[in-house]
Formats: sequence, structure tokens, C-alpha cells
Amino acid sequence: MARVELINIQKSYGSVQAVKNANVVFEEGSFTTLLGPSGCGKTTILRMVSGLADPTNGDIVVGGKRINNVPIHKRNLGLVFQNYALFPHRTIGENIAFGLKYRGVSKSDAQEKVRHSLDIVRLPGVEDRYPQQLSGGQQQRIALARAIVIEPDVLLLDEPLSALDANLREDMRVELKAIQDRIGVTTIFVTHDQSEALAMSDKIVVMSAGVVEQIGAPDEVYNTPASEFVATFLGASNLLPATVAGRNETGVIMETPEFGKTCVPVARSITLGDAAKGQLMIRAENLHLTKASITKIDSANAVVEAVDYQGQLARYFVRIGNTQLQAINMISGRPFSAGDKVNVSLIPEECSALPANDT
Amino acid sequence: MMQSDQSADKRPWALLSPSLFAITILVVIPMAFILVYSFYENVDLAVDRVTFQFGNWQEVMTDGYYHTAIWKTLRLSVIVTVLAAILGYIPAYFIAMTKFRDKWLLLLLLILPFWISFIIRTLSWIHIFGNQGALNGLFRLLGLTDAPLSLMYNEFTVIIGFIHVFLPYMILNIYVSLEGIDENLEPAARTLGATPWQAFREVTLPLSMPGLAAGCLLVFVLTGGSYVTPLILGGPGDFLFGNLIYDAVVSELNWPMGATLSFTLLFLLGLVVVLYSRLMGLNQLSKAFR
Ligand SMILES: Nc1ncnc2c1ncn2[C@@H]1O[C@H](COP(=O)(O)OP(=O)(O)OP(=O)(O)O)[C@@H](O)[C@H]1O
Ligand SMILES: [Mg+2]
Repeated sequence: MARVELINIQKSYGSVQAVKNANVVFEEGSFTTLLGPSGCGKTTILRMVSGLADPTNGDIVVGGKRINNVPIHKRNLGLVFQNYALFPHRTIGENIAFGLKYRGVSKSDAQEKVRHSLDIVRLPGVEDRYPQQLSGGQQQRIALARAIVIEPDVLLLDEPLSALDANLREDMRVELKAIQDRIGVTTIFVTHDQSEALAMSDKIVVMSAGVVEQIGAPDEVYNTPASEFVATFLGASNLLPATVAGRNETGVIMETPEFGKTCVPVARSITLGDAAKGQLMIRAENLHLTKASITKIDSANAVVEAVDYQGQLARYFVRIGNTQLQAINMISGRPFSAGDKVNVSLIPEECSALPANDT
Repeated sequence: MMQSDQSADKRPWALLSPSLFAITILVVIPMAFILVYSFYENVDLAVDRVTFQFGNWQEVMTDGYYHTAIWKTLRLSVIVTVLAAILGYIPAYFIAMTKFRDKWLLLLLLILPFWISFIIRTLSWIHIFGNQGALNGLFRLLGLTDAPLSLMYNEFTVIIGFIHVFLPYMILNIYVSLEGIDENLEPAARTLGATPWQAFREVTLPLSMPGLAAGCLLVFVLTGGSYVTPLILGGPGDFLFGNLIYDAVVSELNWPMGATLSFTLLFLLGLVVVLYSRLMGLNQLSKAFR
């Protein structure tokens, strides 16, 4: 178990900058997720930590020691590959015991450890089978067992759940987190699935095109996104261009043509700085639809354009003037239907202020 | 139920029949002729008496000269195969692992020599090892020698000639196997604590065995069956079993003896193939060709 630090890490492949100047701390024993769209550099970071790729610049520190020049096989990190990378010519037992050979573990101890790790991943008794004889989800657990049996300082997981079907993925998500809690190993988990990231992480590192956009606890990155990218990547948001109409001790007053003046709390307007223009961010689930006859404060009249009914939820697309907004509301009974005139309201404390869109 | 079973049984044969027909016409019948010839008796140059006798076979079984030739052939085939396996693995590994974008170009370079007759390729060594060849020229230029060194017409040049011609077969077979290995396996072994060499030995090498085994078998059989290379690059003592067949048929015009020797070689190489595929597992080999 160890704390991992990336200090000014940068990685270029020719002219492609896969990772641009990343500074991230992975606390000892924590579960940290690297979240971002395909190609944003998540795998590249894992490969650099594990030693499979060398950073172009910057330092990687594990447990207080700079490990840039430590060869891969001496790093003692457990890496689970996106496609599991089990050895097809070896039995499950041999696969799991593979890393123990190089650690001077005796045959009988190794057997015991293999059995114990199979218990941890809840697949006892499959030692003598071959990887091809297991299902995808089972192979995934074996890959995990192979990585944790060596008692690594850091566990690195590259989208380990992406190859599983939806139901299994959710089960494994819970199980993986439980295993991590139990053995308490510092874990870096890579995914492009936001619900996975929100459900499992102590901390989320949101990345986009090689840049770390935000680091924070799940509720932090969700509620107070540091950038427009984070706001739109996580959850469904409405971003309205706004002018800053004033500032007071409670917050920033953002003025929009749709909702007039909205006072956003200071804590939710950090990245705005003292700009005169910005964007008002309203989560889709924080826009509430009511009958047009009921008029609330911080609200506007709108017309429902489309409804996506999902049982306990409905997703509405509503129009206020020329602006289309998205709202996700819990419903009981019948949803509004397209063409209905409604009143759309927000709660200022649930809004955020973001810098203006440059483009 | 019965009916569908029967038709299912017949269908493979129906599908195979064109190739079975071709094999019968082009291989089985000509070989049957050769087999029949091996029981004839050669009375004079190109004059055969049509009988059924085992004289030729008896001679091949008992004459030490032929046994020497078998031993020489076996020895040289093994040497060529082992050297080709070692020399071929390296470029195959390189081509399979390189991140070079136009990999097909490397493979094309590998196949390119096949467009030149292998006799011409073999003859080209004369320009390197011959008395007037590049090496002797270089030695003279450097003042190392006065008279040309005789570097040619020995076992060494025969081995070089074989490896030169057969190496692409070895490389291609190994390459195909290596290419099929998940590229994350070696890194996985490395992160688990294996050094680069250990990772190669424990993961890549065993997984490339089907291709290596197929390449070895191919090169062994090709070497064991050839006669042109020793003819061009070897000395008088560097003959293979194939050269005896050539001599019997072309020089001595003793076709019955040539036929007997041909079948002996066919039997011996066939035996190698059977034993080898038993040892390595036939499905292993077919995997490499897939
Ligand atoms: N070996 C390489 N050579 C050249 N470019 C590379 C290499 N590996 C990655 N890249 C580039 O670096 C960028 C980041 O790649 P990376 O694999 O880290 O993305 P990722 O976030 O893991 O994406 P995904 O979710 O699709 O796995 C991409 O633009 C990719 O094309
Ligand atoms: Mg990736």
C-alpha cells in the first residue's frame, strides 16, 4: 500500500500529446477513478505508473520514492488489463501463481495464496481450468485475483468492467469495491462510464484530451464542476450564457434572459473568478416542471417539446423562447405531454456559475 | 432422421471429390507408376526388364553407401533446421512486435526473394564465396592473402545456401504464431515480476511453439528432400539422399533404382512428419497453418 503522486507528468507520442502536465495525488488506500472519454489519456497514465510507458517529462512517486527509473518487474504493482490478458497456455492456478514465483514464495505457500485469492474473488476451486473455459466475468475476477495475490503496493485497473454485460457489470462493481475495501490497497481505476466512477470512487480525476479537468470527491465534481467539460460530461446539464449582474457575500448574481437574476452561492462559482460574463449551469434534475397556472420565483414559462418517459422518471425537453432546456423529474402519475404549457423553476442554491464559453 | 444422417455423412465426400480427383490423377497414379518401376530390373543404361523382383530394395537396405547418405541427410537437415529456427525467430519476433506502421512492407520484403528462381539465388553465393567472389576480393584488397582462399564447395556453403532459401518459410510460420498472441500478455508478465527474458520464455515462446514447430518441420522436410543446393554449392562429399536419386535417374539412367530411392526418401520423410506430429500434437501444427 502506498501513496502515488504524479508530478508534472507529460507524455507525447510523436506530435500527439497523450497527457499534458498532470498533477495528481492518489492517497494511500484510496479508490481513485480516472474518468474521461475515449482517447483522453487514461490508459497512458496507468501505463506510465506501471512502467509500460515512460513519461516524456515529470516524476512518478510511489510511497515517497521516485520510480521513473525502476524497471517494470521491480515496481510491485498489480495491473488488470482491459482485456484481462490471462495466459491462455496456463491453468487458472498457474496464472494466479505467476507473480508469486518471482517473489520467492514456496510451492505450498503459493497454493494456499492462490486458494485464498480465489476465495476473495468468489470463484473457489477453478485452479485446474484454463482461461478459455471461464466466462468473461469469471476471467475478469481471475485477472483481479492474479493482480492482488502479489500484494501490490498499488492496484491499477484499466476499464476492467467494460467487457461485461450490464447486469454483471453492476454486480462486479459492488464486488470490486468490497474487495478493495477489504484489502485496502491504493487503487487507480480507469473508466469512461460516469455512473461507475460516481458509485465507486473516493475521488474522481476527470480528464479530457490529456488534460486533468478536475479532481474531487464524486459529489464535488458532480455538483460543482470546474469546467464546462466536466459539467456536460457528468450528468445532463443546461448551460445558459449569463452576465454577472452583481456580487454579494452570499454569491454571484447571474442574469439570464430566461430566468432573470439568479444568485449562485460563492462555493459554486469558484471557477468564474471576477469575470463579467459566464454561464449558469442547471442540472437537468434541478429544473422542476409544474402546471403553468402555478408561478414560482426563479421560474419561467415554457412549452414541453418532447417527453422521454422512463417509469419513475421522465426526461423533458422544454422551450423557453429560443432556448431548449432539458429537465429530468421524478414523477408520480401521468407525465406532462408534448405541447403542454408549463412553468419551469430552479433553486439558485443548486445552480453553478461557470466561465463563459470562449468559442 | 436416418435420412438426414446419411446425407450429412456423404456431403463432405461430395465436396472433397474435385480435390480427391485431382490428387488421384496428379499424385497417386504417377506415384503408383514409380512404385511399380522400383520392382523392375535395370539391365543396361536406360534398358529395364519388366519383372517383379526385390533386387533394388535389397540393395538399398544393405548397401552402406545409402545408409551414409541417409545419415548425412538427417544430420544436415537437423543442422539447417536448428540454425534456421534460431536465425528466423529474431526477424519474425521483430516484425511481429514492431510498431512500424507499414508492416506489410516488411512482409513483402520477406516474400520478395520468392520472385527469383531459387537456383539463381543459390548461384549468387558463387559471387560471394567464389575465387573471384566478393570475400576473396576484399581479402586481396586488404592485402590479407596473395592467392584466393577456397571458401566454396564445402558443407558450410551448402548450409548457408539452404538457410538462405528456406529462412522465409521459417520466419513466416513463426511470425503468424507471434502475431496471434495478445500483445498485453508479455506486459502482464512483466508487471507480475518477470524480467524481459523471463516474460519471453514463459509466455511468448510457448505460445509461438505451433508456428516454430511448423516452420521446423517444413524446413526439415524441404532440406531433406533437396538435391540442387549441394549440387551447386557443395563439394564431391557433400551429397544428400536426393542427389543419389538424381544420379540414378539422370546420370546412370537407372530408373528402377531411382524409383526405389525415391520411395525410400518419401517413406523416411513421411515417417518424420508422422512421428513429429505425434510428438507435437497434430492440432498444434494445424493451428499454425490456420
Ligand atoms: N503507443 C502509442 N503510440 C501513439 N499514440 C498513442 C499510443 N498510445 C496512445 N496513444 C494516443 O494517446 C492518446 C491517449 O490514449 P490512451 O490509450 O491513454 O486513451 P484512453 O483514455 O485510455 O482511451 P480509451 O478509453 O479508448 O481506452 C490517444 O490519442 C492515443 O491515440
Ligand atoms: Mg484505454
